[in-house]
Amino acid sequence: MLQNLAEMLSYPFMVRALTVGILLSLCAALLGVSLVLKRYSMIGDGLSHVGFGALAVASALNLAPLAVAIPVVVAAAFVLLLLNESGKLKGDAAVAVFSTGALAIGVMVVSLSTGMNSDLNSYLFGSILAMSKEDVVISAALSAVVLILYAFFYEKLFAVTFDEGFARATGIRVGMYNALLAVLTAVVVVLGMRMMGALLISSLIVFPALTAMRLFKSYRGVVLCSVVLAVVSFTAGMFVSFWYGTPAGASIVVADVILFALFSIVGWGKRR
Amino acid sequence: MSCLTCDHVSFAYENQTVVSDLSFRVEAGDYLCIIGENGTGKSTLMRGILGLKKPSFGTIGLGEGIRPNQIGYVPQQTPVQRDFPASVWEVVLSGCINSRGWRPGFGEREKRLAKEKLELLGIWDLKSRSFRELSGGQRQRVLLARSLCAAQKLILLDEPTTGLDPVAAEDFYRLLQKLNRELKITVIMVSHDIREALEYADHILYLSHSSHFFGTTDAFLESGPGKEFVERITALRPRRT
Repeated sequence: MLQNLAEMLSYPFMVRALTVGILLSLCAALLGVSLVLKRYSMIGDGLSHVGFGALAVASALNLAPLAVAIPVVVAAAFVLLLLNESGKLKGDAAVAVFSTGALAIGVMVVSLSTGMNSDLNSYLFGSILAMSKEDVVISAALSAVVLILYAFFYEKLFAVTFDEGFARATGIRVGMYNALLAVLTAVVVVLGMRMMGALLISSLIVFPALTAMRLFKSYRGVVLCSVVLAVVSFTAGMFVSFWYGTPAGASIVVADVILFALFSIVGWGKRR
Repeated sequence: MSCLTCDHVSFAYENQTVVSDLSFRVEAGDYLCIIGENGTGKSTLMRGILGLKKPSFGTIGLGEGIRPNQIGYVPQQTPVQRDFPASVWEVVLSGCINSRGWRPGFGEREKRLAKEKLELLGIWDLKSRSFRELSGGQRQRVLLARSLCAAQKLILLDEPTTGLDPVAAEDFYRLLQKLNRELKITVIMVSHDIREALEYADHILYLSHSSHFFGTTDAFLESGPGKEFVERITALRPRRT
């Protein structure tokens, strides 16, 4: 097993994928706790489809993928948030409209420009070969930003997540924290989706928080546990993917599902 | 000493007036119940008192030493909270957030304050329990403790007994009365529970589409709208033959 591990780490692309992936899963898990509790679980999924559309358009026009996708997805995140707050289009309906709409546009653009090819496949299901040195730098910087902001605003984020009404009344600028969550989520989704795939990236956001909530009863417990779970399931998924040649994204999600089932059973047993 | 003064206040949403020309004064130590039918602007008035909505006309003034973020607000419980993983301690401590400004974390002062409020409301032993495992009445006490961390003098409650069984509701009203009488905390409560409102509050603000009433509870029961209101409520109650 150690030999396998050493072999895996001897490939530079694997080391890059592991670094980027662990950092991104960590950020996604932290943001996920707030998103899941605020009932925004589907936002990651919606944004990843928007990201798919943006990447497809960028590659058709020969533009830098991240430079197009990040602003587009951040804008989509803001619009979703505003729609949700104004109550004009309910959150889940808005996400459905956005994600299917953007997915359809992406597929149209890809089929008109290059035809259905392996590019499309790697957008939808991800590829660990997609991580460049540039991605390592960006994701390291991003996770540093997320970690610092999270630690600094931890109490405020808790207050905003637990009770927006009370938070507003005590003078916390709720809109600002919601916007911060949306922007960071958008960036995590865009960076992660090329490895995890547009169809699976939201699992990084949703699973760790949901799994941790099966067993932990305090907010701090859930936050810490979901970070650990995110790193464990990502690493486990990558090993499986390397040994059995399965797609990385899917292997990671399967690891998440197994952990979720385990935690659910233990939680159920404890309650009885 | 006055705690809250509303002077000819009107509220409007996109030119649609919901509250017009409302004036009343709450003195320190008062127990005011705001009652009235749906759509008469109770929630809007509450947002106004909290400083979240500007009146389209008139002024709302808070008493000396109270800033808008130092009103102890007890909002209605939201569906999000029903399965929220948070310990009672975390929830109550979050009430101290208005005194921290930009500084992260909580200090000794905040922890002492949270402990004091938990003990005051008799829920210190629930400290490490999870909010989602508590009964409705216990949850309401936790939210009250949180509001007391944010405010020293004035608390504002939004239909606090919604969803509580009669015994828990009665308990909660007794607790509020104790805070009001013994600690001289000013209580402003929006309520649907008219009977209890009339029993515990010393002042009533009655909002209706046509006119408003403000005065002591006794004066309300003697007044035109008061009599009409009580009559309509008694008429609604099912009679047993």
